Amino acid sequence: MAEKESLFKEFTKGIVIENPVLRLVLGTCPTLATTTSVRSALGMGLAASIVLVCSNVVISALRKVIPSKVRIPAYIVVIASFVTIVQMLVKAFTPELDEQLGVFLPLIVVNCIILGRAEAFAGKNPVLASAVDGLGMGIGFTAALFLMGTVREVLGAGSFLGLSIPVLSQNPMLIFILPPGGFFVFGMLMACVNKLAESRGKPRAQLRGCDACPMAATCKLHNEAAPEQPAEEEATA
Amino acid sequence: MAKRLTVSASPHVRSHETTTGIMLDVILALVPALVMSAVYFGTRALCLAAVTVGTAVLSEYLSRKIMKRDNTLGDLSAVVTGLILAFNLPATLPLWMAAIGSVIAIVIVKQLFGGIGQNFVNPAITARIILMMSFPSAMAKWIVPFSSAWSPDAVTAATPMAVLANVTGGDVSAVEGLPSLVQMLIGAHGGSMGEVCSIALLSGAFYLLLRRVISPAIPFSFIGTVAVVMLIAGKGNLQFLAYELLGGGLILGAFFMATDYSTSPINRKGRIIFGIGCGLITAVIRLFGSLPEGVSFSIILMNILVPHIERLTTSKPFGYEKPEKKKEEAAKA
Repeated sequence: MAEKESLFKEFTKGIVIENPVLRLVLGTCPTLATTTSVRSALGMGLAASIVLVCSNVVISALRKVIPSKVRIPAYIVVIASFVTIVQMLVKAFTPELDEQLGVFLPLIVVNCIILGRAEAFAGKNPVLASAVDGLGMGIGFTAALFLMGTVREVLGAGSFLGLSIPVLSQNPMLIFILPPGGFFVFGMLMACVNKLAESRGKPRAQLRGCDACPMAATCKLHNEAAPEQPAEEEATA
Repeated sequence: MAKRLTVSASPHVRSHETTTGIMLDVILALVPALVMSAVYFGTRALCLAAVTVGTAVLSEYLSRKIMKRDNTLGDLSAVVTGLILAFNLPATLPLWMAAIGSVIAIVIVKQLFGGIGQNFVNPAITARIILMMSFPSAMAKWIVPFSSAWSPDAVTAATPMAVLANVTGGDVSAVEGLPSLVQMLIGAHGGSMGEVCSIALLSGAFYLLLRRVISPAIPFSFIGTVAVVMLIAGKGNLQFLAYELLGGGLILGAFFMATDYSTSPINRKGRIIFGIGCGLITAVIRLFGSLPEGVSFSIILMNILVPHIERLTTSKPFGYEKPEKKKEEAAKA
């Protein structure tokens, strides 16, 4: 029973409290780039989620075999294999989505959410927990992208999933599908999720520093090294 | 013996200037240009100004209320923001778009960052740029003066800036469609509501300089830099120079928007750097950019640089000596 409860916790934490985009501020680049329409946002979210779950499972299964000194290259090889598979599938079955996502589909290889979960979770936890963690994080990522894509497409293009909305489509505020609008919506959503998390007694997400990071408890850098060295390579990627 | 001496903590000498007083001066200085825009673009211009000012005041009141902060309507800064925003818009702009602009200026740019004095970019300019990027066609519908701005098919014309963008090497006579220099001065040409009449703007600016509300450092270095670059670009053609200085939002921007207290440097050296930067960016956008006009972008870009300018131009305390560099140690190492 306790086992099941903790699995459920691993699953739900990725959706709001440790939402990879809005709380851990990871994977910002594909988030801003692919949310100009709901369709491409969903496509990106799903593709990344599939890679995330698969690579989490494989990395977790191999965690005792991979020497810790070469773990990052090993993780990348695993992730890259899955990304290649997903990319081939997308190219074969939904070529228009492939066109929309462009370079961001192969770039999932270096998506810091996936590498981050491999490093922070799958490398230390059993297979089932890692799969559930990947699923939760993937849903969190997809949900954040879907929300952002919805706001940006409805206001910026006056449509939803390509269907035009009567009044809004006459004079859409173009800025929402341009990069500045993306940053604006991203900031606003982050503020909302921060508020939501604060009301549950969690610290707000910050772009710098370790103390406010929801992953601080499990983070190696934070616990072993001096607190002056924040894990910035994650935050900036 | 009655109390002869009052003991109090410094400061002992206080200025009688208040935010409200300064803002009132700015509003007064903007009135001539507002009157002229009403003359050229009719009641529609006044209606647009009423909408931007009204929305600005309302959104200031509501956002302060929602954020549980003190009411700051009394300092009139929202009125000034609304008025300057209206000056930056074409008189034909749909009123709801103008209202969105005011909400962006007050709520997003000003109040979310803490209210008056806390905004890091100029609210009115940011709102103009967001509107320009959001509704490019509506924001570029410049009507000819004295044609009714109310009718949907009012006569539109290219602004002098758009015509000037085609001029190469400063030869103004080679292009058609430029108004005469006198028309440029009195404002009988297409353009934003408040930017057309240079004389009205200059008289307002003169009043502000006289009242010492604004310091001459920013506007003069701004306009001066544009003048120098245009003189070089126009190969010394003075007519081209005059068009560049009188056209577009240069006068409005240099005197009324670049001088905003919270988004410009504090001391003179910083202000001159700020003005030169604005001038350079404006000139570069006008000469090489795809947009005909660059005043608003230049001001917003320099606004963002202000903290760095401030850090480089901190004033030296009296009697301060530079610590000598330890050359010997450096040589040893």
